[in-house]
This record gives sequence, structure tokens and C-alpha cells, in this order.
Amino acid sequence: MSKGRYGEYGGQYVPETLMNAVHEVEEAYEKYKNDPEFNRELDDLLKNYAGRPSLLYEAKKMTRDLDGAKIYLKREDLNHTGAHKINNVLGQVLLAKKMGKTRVIAETGAGQHGVATATAAALMDMECEIFMGKEDTDRQALNVYRMELLGAKVHAVTSGTMTLKDAVNETMREWANRMDDTLYVLGSVMGPHPFPMIVRDFQKVIGEEIKAQMLEKEGRLPDAVIACVGGGSNAMGTFYEFIPDKEVRLIGCEAAGLGVDTEKNAATIANGTTGIFHGMKSLFCQNKDGQIAPVYSISAGLDYPGIGPEHAMLAAEGRAEYVPITDEEAVNAFEYLSRTEGIIPAVESAHAIAYAMKLAPTMDKDKIIVVTVSGRGDKDVAAIARYRGVEIYE
Amino acid sequence: MNKISEAFENKKAFIPFITGGDPSLDVTKKLILAMQEAGADLIEVGIPFSDPIAEGPVIQEADERALSAGCTLDKLFDAIKEVKDEIHIPMVFMTYVNPIFTYGKEKFMQRCVECGMAGVIVPDVPFEEKGELSGVCKEYGIELVSLIAPTSHERIKMIAKEAEGFLYCVSSLGVTGVRKQITTNIGEMIEKVREVTDIPCAVGFGIAEPEQAKEMASLSDGAIVGSAIVKIVAKYGEDCVPYVAEYVKKMKAAVEEAGK
Repeated sequence: MSKGRYGEYGGQYVPETLMNAVHEVEEAYEKYKNDPEFNRELDDLLKNYAGRPSLLYEAKKMTRDLDGAKIYLKREDLNHTGAHKINNVLGQVLLAKKMGKTRVIAETGAGQHGVATATAAALMDMECEIFMGKEDTDRQALNVYRMELLGAKVHAVTSGTMTLKDAVNETMREWANRMDDTLYVLGSVMGPHPFPMIVRDFQKVIGEEIKAQMLEKEGRLPDAVIACVGGGSNAMGTFYEFIPDKEVRLIGCEAAGLGVDTEKNAATIANGTTGIFHGMKSLFCQNKDGQIAPVYSISAGLDYPGIGPEHAMLAAEGRAEYVPITDEEAVNAFEYLSRTEGIIPAVESAHAIAYAMKLAPTMDKDKIIVVTVSGRGDKDVAAIARYRGVEIYE
Repeated sequence: MNKISEAFENKKAFIPFITGGDPSLDVTKKLILAMQEAGADLIEVGIPFSDPIAEGPVIQEADERALSAGCTLDKLFDAIKEVKDEIHIPMVFMTYVNPIFTYGKEKFMQRCVECGMAGVIVPDVPFEEKGELSGVCKEYGIELVSLIAPTSHERIKMIAKEAEGFLYCVSSLGVTGVRKQITTNIGEMIEKVREVTDIPCAVGFGIAEPEQAKEMASLSDGAIVGSAIVKIVAKYGEDCVPYVAEYVKKMKAAVEEAGK
């Protein structure tokens, strides 16, 4: 069996042209991950640029209103650039710099990873090109302009379904075309080895902080941690530290769109089957011929037909649970958190809030839930308004 | 079934590629027979895939046309099986790994045998992941064609040593598609192969003109042409068969020149 396996999942299924490129990333990461100088620089960036550690906020009004378990919110929305994506990107762009690369390329769905990559590239003097599905450049026009402001070139991808998976295809094609001076900064815990590992390692700070903050505030571990899952990077970052703590429930919330029984969803664990795509063996929404299915979610960041291989393993082992959340439930949660706590979450993160709203009332008051708010919702306001029938032009 | 090695016996091989089901399975059958008649030594039939990451826009669009025309694996297998008895040159499938895996590896190979396929080319299964398919391929007598690329360098020998059928030499970085110039030192790649094996090597990616085909075939054992043919199919649609045949004849003559 090849490297980078999570049970039967993972691997390195890329064209021969890219094999030496992925090996180069792997070797560089192995060299730098324990390098004191690299880690000192990264810690400095996380603390003084991204604003870590992020707050663990006790959502008292939400707790009182739901009348069950105590709810804490892990505020990744307060990071610089407004989402957890910056954690990974600072690590990978710093790695690219150490590797002597001068250019980074990345895919983006909602635009959060693209904005984060463009930000890190601006900070570290790298050329930056972002690939984004045409449908998403329309849905998230503000983020496109944001990336351009930061000096990145944004390519609207018009192949296939013109969403996140097509953006990944196009970024892989571009990397195969030019790899000498270029690193593909993958945005989630997916793709060929070593990316699922690298992205998880750079995101695991979320769970590590939750644990330390929880021990400080409550003197004990939470009973459940909840995060939304598209490719799965904020969820993996949230879960990883707690995997050995069997008493902590790990709950991932996937996008059920109009419902898991409809054709309009992106619920990979609920509806997917094992396949090999985007460099990894994992679960994918696909037909019986292995054609990747067009998926749908109101959230561009969860609109992906696959899931990271480590999540596929955690699901198979039963260590983590994955639940589907519909557009309607997510939008309700988006509005609920805004009104109840004065926090406008990303519509992606609203999927996690939605499940907390269902789960908390079923638990005793001495139980504790932590929900990761992976990003802030400013980018989604116009889309949510449209969903509610209010025409707002950005 | 005709073995891949027959394509290279005492000659340089011209290897055309078409996307199965583009624009229809009826045309695919006619194209296979017409290309054989026009001098093709080995035919590559692409299985259309929703997300072909190693393809440029020309073949991506062909895949989309084929899928929206309703091409499925079963229909493609059935179509090729219908013409199988009239084919006396080897044929291979070019496919991404997911259709094989999801359709069922065993069932896929069984269907390959039924329609007379000699091998499969799977661009997203590199040497390190070969174990995914090598066992089942062997069981059904289907050769698993390996690829080497301009970035392979020290990997070439390792790959060549275990190569089956022929070795697909990717001429350029990036994806499939017509290129004005091929700048990779193909001669050097082939030399590295020759240090460990005498397996036939055919060059693909970027070849469109007879002169390029001649040059590539003179450096190796054959030339593979995909996008240039798919473009003709796209241009003439259902009426493409004579135009493709004419092109194949011209390219085959250029490749033969290289063999003299």
C-alpha cells in the first residue's frame, strides 16, 4: 500500500507528471515540520498576524434559549481574513517560501481559501493565482474583488459544473504545467498525500486551543465538538486533538442542500460511495459509472462532491458522526446566531450551529458542546437576503 | 484479442486516440474501423469522464459531448463488442481510475476481455499506486500501460522495468492538447528507458502535424495523437469519419517515413 493512508482511504493518485512535485512537498514538509526556526516563524505569524489564539466564547444566550447543554463557540471567524483558512495558508505559503518557490496557486469555493492564500502571498511576496468556478465568482463577487485587491490573479473556471471541484481540476492542471517555481496550496484536508496530512497539521491548532481553553474554563473536556464539513479542514482541525479522547463526540455537519433524498445536495458521507478522485481514495457523490455528481449547497464552501480521506476513515470506524443539514436549517441558524449572540456566522459554519440547535436541547445542562464557527458571514449576507426574497446588490 | 506488442512489430506505430461516444457510439464504431483501414497500428479509445484532470480543453469538451449524448460504460463496451470481430489491430482504453474502481474492477476487466481490449492506460494511477489495478489486470490478461513524463527523471528506470505493452512517453508538461513545439529532450528519456528494457516507447501529448509525428517517431517507436483528431470530430460531428481517416493516413505515412 502506498503512502498517506487512512485505513483504506488516501493515497497519491496523481498523473506521473506531478509525482516528483508531490514528493518534493512531502520531503520539504518532513524537513521543516520539526524545524525550530520554521515553527518559530509560523507561531509568530499565527499570533501576531492572524490573531491566534482565537476566542472560546461561552454562548450564554444561546445556551439559555436552547435550555440544554452549555454551548461554547470556537471563534475562527475572528481570525485575520475571517476564517480558519488562514491557519493552513500561513503554514503552506511559509513552506513554499522555504522551498524556494516564488508563486502559489490555489482553488477556492466560497473564496475564503482564495482570500487567505492571496493574503499570505501578499505578505510573503509571492505571485498568486486563484482558480474559482464561474458559478462561485458570481455568488461571491466581493471575494473575487478582495483577492484582486490583494494582488492575486483570479481565473473563473468555466469547465464542468463551474464550482469547487472544477476549480480543483483546473488548479491541478496548472500545477502540472508549471511546478518548478510553483506550489499548489491546497485548501482542505484532501487531495493526494501529503496534503491531507499537511492541512490537518496546520489546522489542528483549533482543537489544541479548544482543549486548553476548555480545561482552563471548565476543568474538563467537552462532551461534543461540532464543525461543518465540505472537504473537511476546519472539522479535521477541530477533531484531531480529541480523537484519542473517546468520551468526546466528534460531529461533522455536511451540506444536505434541499435534502439528502433530493438530487440537490452535497452530503458525501450520507450519499457517497468509495471512489478515487482528486488524488485520493475517499467517499464521493458519484453515479454507478464513477462519473462525479454535480452537487449543490447554498454554501459555496461545502459544495464539494468528496471529503478528506481521514474523515472517511473516522466515519468508517464510527469514531466521528456525520449529519446532514439542509439549506433551510443552515439559513435559520445563520439568522438565529446573528440575533441571539450578535455573531453573523459564515453560511458554512451555520450548518454546525444548526446541528447544535438540535442537539443541545436533548442534552443535560451539565453537558458541554463546542461548535467551531469556521468563518464570519459578511460574505454571505447578500446570498441569504436573496434566499429570503430580498434583492440586495453587492 | 490482438496484443499491444503487435503494433510495434518491425514498424513504427501510429496510435490515434478518440473519445468513446463522441459525438455518438455509432460514429465511434465507424471511426475505429476507418482508422484501422487508414493505417492505425493501435487504437486508444478514451472513456469519457466528468473530470478529466490530465486533459486540455479539446478532450474535456469531447468527454462532455459524449456524456451528454448518453454514453455509459455498458453502452461503450457493447458498441465496441459489436465491431470487435472486424478488428485485427490491438486496442486499449484510456480511462481515469474512478470509472474502473466504481464500476467494479473485476467486472470492468471482464468487459474489456469481451470487447477485445489489449490494455488500459490510466493516467491517474502512478507507479506507487499500481497495486490498485495490476493484480486484476493480470488476472484478466489486460496490460496496464505505464507513463513517463518530462519530470520523471530518476523515476524512469523504476517505471520502465515493470512496464507492460508499451511505455507512454508524455512529451510535455501540463495537459493534453496540440502544441507548436515539443521542447522536452525525448531522446534522453528514451535512452534512460533503453538502459533497463527494450519495451516499445510511443510519444504522446502535443503532436498534431505530420512533421512532429515523424520527428517523435524517429526518436522512439511511435507517435500518439489525440486532441488533433478530436478536433476534427468536433468540427465535422456525425460526418467526421472520412476526414479523420484522411488525417490518419497522412500521419501514418509520416510515421512510416521515420521508420525508413
